[in-house]
Amino acid sequence: MVEIILYIAGGLILLGMLTALWRFVKGPSSADRIMAFDAMTVTSIALIALIAFFNNRIIYLDVALVYGLLSFTGVIVIARFLEKGL
Amino acid sequence: MNLKNVLQIFVLSYLTWLALNWSVHTDVLVTGAIISVLIAVLLCSQCSVLQEVRLTPKSFAYAFGFVGVFWIELFKSNFDVARRVLTPSLPINPGIVEVKTRLKSNIGKMLLANAITLTPGTLTVDILGDRMFIHWIDVSSTDINEATHAIVSKFEKYLEVMYG
Amino acid sequence: MEIRMLIGSIVTLIGAIFIFLGALGIVRMPDLYNRLQTGTKASTLGTILSIAGIGIINPEWAGKAFIIISFVMMTNPVSSHTLARGAHHIGIPLSDKTVIDKLQEAETEENKEDQI
Repeated sequence: MVEIILYIAGGLILLGMLTALWRFVKGPSSADRIMAFDAMTVTSIALIALIAFFNNRIIYLDVALVYGLLSFTGVIVIARFLEKGL
Repeated sequence: MNLKNVLQIFVLSYLTWLALNWSVHTDVLVTGAIISVLIAVLLCSQCSVLQEVRLTPKSFAYAFGFVGVFWIELFKSNFDVARRVLTPSLPINPGIVEVKTRLKSNIGKMLLANAITLTPGTLTVDILGDRMFIHWIDVSSTDINEATHAIVSKFEKYLEVMYG
Repeated sequence: MEIRMLIGSIVTLIGAIFIFLGALGIVRMPDLYNRLQTGTKASTLGTILSIAGIGIINPEWAGKAFIIISFVMMTNPVSSHTLARGAHHIGIPLSDKTVIDKLQEAETEENKEDQI
């Protein structure tokens, strides 16, 4: 029962990532693409947590934490670059 | 060297370490204490990130109040987003309005901007001094005072006690 | 035991539904700022609820889940705020439905003062 609900949740999260990917491909401006990328990385943290449950490995949560840290820095750097160049 | 600052950073990093490890073995405790002391003394003897935090019982009570209001607003904003997205006609009336804040400290302004971003239909775009520019998905008033009352006031009364 | 796992999985499912609705908003909204609004709010609460559900199912993971939750809550609004400010600075247009743009007015005022 629990596993089925979590599989449905994982499917919904994947569907959400695909929808955000459509905005990433379509654009139209570079800021739209970064926004879609940001939404996808935050979403993938949730997906990594689900994968950690399915494989029963707590170490994957560390991966999610570090991934969140790096994606945050990346988005900040690209946004600053858009604003006034490096 | 600011003792209060170093102590705050030490407690914060030690609590983070304990939550990450989630065990009370002696070696975990000792390693975390050594690393936290090193971080607090070497990296943060000059910094002033948490300088403005007040540590009085009243500010703790208001911090709990702030967190409670924040969670309620976060849930309300998500149901608001769901309603707007699922309505076929897309009911939006967006615009960028200006509000004023009475907060002086930087960390207070940051928490206020974060809270505004996560409340229903508002997004902080820019801060110039005490003027904040807010993208509002459903503009009901373009007047500064009315917009301030609608967006900022509910958080400001808590943050004012916490950070001044 | 079983009840606790069921509650955790339902919390995760609610989070996943919010994430999907937020992604739908990213596609449906007419301009960047409205997309940022829906994207930030929905993906923040969706991720928080998903990880909280995993933390409820496995109580010994609760510490790490709490760290990730507080981290996401602090950083996600900051990155969307930085992105909105950069986009407004380089002149990404607002949608046709927009009724007012006070920031544009403030910036033109400053430019006038600079020229005088």
